[in-house]
Amino acid sequence: MEMRSDLGRVRGLGSAKEGAAQWWAQRITGVALVPLCLWFVVSAISLVGADLAAFKTWLGAHGNALLMVLFVIALFHHAQLGVHEVIEDYVHGEKAKVASLVAVKFVAALFGASCVLAILRVSFGG
Amino acid sequence: MKAGNRPLSPHLQVYRPQITSFLSILHRLTGVALAAGALLLGYWLTSAAYGPETFARAQDFLASWLGRLVLFGLTFSLFYHLLNGIRHLAWDAGWGFEMGTLKATGWLVTATAVALTLIAWIAAYAVAGGA
Repeated sequence: MEMRSDLGRVRGLGSAKEGAAQWWAQRITGVALVPLCLWFVVSAISLVGADLAAFKTWLGAHGNALLMVLFVIALFHHAQLGVHEVIEDYVHGEKAKVASLVAVKFVAALFGASCVLAILRVSFGG
Repeated sequence: MKAGNRPLSPHLQVYRPQITSFLSILHRLTGVALAAGALLLGYWLTSAAYGPETFARAQDFLASWLGRLVLFGLTFSLFYHLLNGIRHLAWDAGWGFEMGTLKATGWLVTATAVALTLIAWIAAYAVAGGA
């Protein structure tokens, strides 16, 4: 069934105007996360019981720091998009919805940036 | 467009539970769990920037029974969400909508997620035992 108005269809607009960009970003980050997650699980297993010195050595080897930065960025972007969708579906009050959407974006940005900074700090030996 | 013509969401009280709907809900639940897990990852990585004692405390927490329980749940969530995510991508490409295929891929994804979770934990215990 066609859910869009004729004018909306002519203009190439969906009901949310920019909904496709969000949908697409969710797919792109999802595809990126397939190999990155598998790499992360193998890495995390190898780091069971590691101390900071061992973690530092691991982070400095074979592009691990780069992969960890990519993983963290893709992960927080994807997580934030997913929780955004869940909030839109289940939080109905307009104020509560906007407030929780903004909170999710801020928390994701804060934790993502904190992770990247920590990776840089540990790998550059600060 | 008449509002009365729109498709309606299934009414949960009269909706017969089935593998398709159950796995769809599980995809969301594991997704939300993994978002919380991402915060735990943030705590773990950030602790490394604060020095050896802070990192050791984070490692000890993750190795505690509570930490292990949480990580076990996150491991299954990760593998399930990852594999079912690939199932979603196949749907996006227009493949796999037939009822038979839908059920088969659903069971395949669930069984593979359970198997990978167990393999990961056997490997983790092997590493912990060898250390």
